[in-house]
Amino acid sequence: MTSGMRLELDRVRLSYNGIPVIDGLSLDVGSGEILVLTGPSGCGKTTVLRALAGLLAPDRGWVLADGVEVTGTSGERGVVFQDNALLPWRSVRSNIELALRLRGEPRATRRAQADRWITELGLTGFGDYLPKSLSGGMRQRVQLARGLAGAPRAVMMDEPFGALDTQTRAAMQRLLIGAWRTHPSTIVFVTHDVDEALALGDRVAVLGRTGQPLRALLDVPAPRTAGARPALRAEVIAALEHSIAE
Amino acid sequence: MTAVSVSGPVELEPVTAPPRNGRSPWRSRLLRLASVAAALGLWQALTANHARLWLRFDTLPTVDEITMALVHRLCTQDYWLDLAQSLVRILTGFGLAAVVGVATGIMLGRSRLAGDLLGPLAELARPIPAIAVVPVAILLFPTDEAGVVFITFLAAYFPVMVSTRHAVRALPTLWEDSVRTMGGGRWDVLTQVVLPGILPGVFGGLSVGMGVAWICVISAEMISGRLGVGYRTWQAYTVLAYPHVFVGIITIGVLGFATSAAVELVGRRVTRWLPRSEDNAR
Repeated sequence: MTSGMRLELDRVRLSYNGIPVIDGLSLDVGSGEILVLTGPSGCGKTTVLRALAGLLAPDRGWVLADGVEVTGTSGERGVVFQDNALLPWRSVRSNIELALRLRGEPRATRRAQADRWITELGLTGFGDYLPKSLSGGMRQRVQLARGLAGAPRAVMMDEPFGALDTQTRAAMQRLLIGAWRTHPSTIVFVTHDVDEALALGDRVAVLGRTGQPLRALLDVPAPRTAGARPALRAEVIAALEHSIAE
Repeated sequence: MTAVSVSGPVELEPVTAPPRNGRSPWRSRLLRLASVAAALGLWQALTANHARLWLRFDTLPTVDEITMALVHRLCTQDYWLDLAQSLVRILTGFGLAAVVGVATGIMLGRSRLAGDLLGPLAELARPIPAIAVVPVAILLFPTDEAGVVFITFLAAYFPVMVSTRHAVRALPTLWEDSVRTMGGGRWDVLTQVVLPGILPGVFGGLSVGMGVAWICVISAEMISGRLGVGYRTWQAYTVLAYPHVFVGIITIGVLGFATSAAVELVGRRVTRWLPRSEDNAR
């Protein structure tokens, strides 16, 4: 089984269409941990994920994966997008098979593997459906399956459950934790939902506004166990409000 | 593409829907038939009675003359030879235009270098109607055959290229990003994202291209052809065989309809994944 990848941002400056969004950000993501990235809208959470995935080159500073500079995309660093990133002309199974194929899985075993992922994520019976015939929650399951099927050593998740209702979201979080335990990898998870952050993360990082350092970087004690964490929750919310106020 | 759509693979619809308002579908079929019959009747009446109502209907053949000419022509080998000749020309020209149009459209849409090198040439040549290039084609190509195919190619090329380029630029970057973050390279992006993703737009261009290709193949045949439906139609006019002119016109109409329908059908098959109105209805 592959182990999680270590990711580092070292005094990184990122801009989007010429406008700087992130400046001087340094952040380490440990091998195999789930780091949750949160912050007010427009603070550049997605931009950081894109830089980690290799979709966006930093203007300044370094993005490192296992100590090696990131210069482009790679199958080792996967992404689960917010929505609609599935190829609409491919069926559920075929979307997952593409991930397996791009990883270099031989044709003979692709189908069986894709079917295993379909079962694992509770999509049995939907293998031949096109994305357009699925609900939002179902589509996100397929995205999760596709994102993990390529066996990446790090996965960036950009508010993957953001558009789902509360119940579906809780189920998806359990599904994600289950899949992460069977297929260990490093996960950087972006969300603006404080409860989701505390339910998933080993650590929670709160981004500030452009050019400012991290608002907070908090350890979650006994991560991914049931139980309220009122003190920590208050701390995250305080950091969030602080970054909005300025 | 028209708004007409077919059922996707996952939809199960009753085969015979009950007619709306309880009206029989035969009523509407009967009306349609009556409308065509009335038009033909009017034609026959005007031409058989040598009507001159500013328009000179007395010069035109009657419906039964046309029908007899058509039946007669259908039994000759010439007719089918002409038809085959025109089809070969249009399919060659159109096929080349489809391949070259899609290839250059993708290059123009994705590469700045290609845009700088080919873009100005394409923009300069685009406003010239293909049929205006007939004299050049006659001079340039050693055979008339190649000239006609070239004109057809030119006519269909621009609609295909322009719609391909537009479709490439309109492609959501998210699909490309997702393939690249799964470890896909340039080739994977091209074959897995760009080619399938632009198909709806490309088929729009192919539909238009097929239409103008017919206009141009027929005109080119009339000007510089041996054999071919257009050549035969013009030939019939010059020897005053007017019923045969109409046989040619009807043949061109049927061929145009059949080829456009074929493009439309294939287009709908390969874009089944598009969200369609009936998907939202359920």
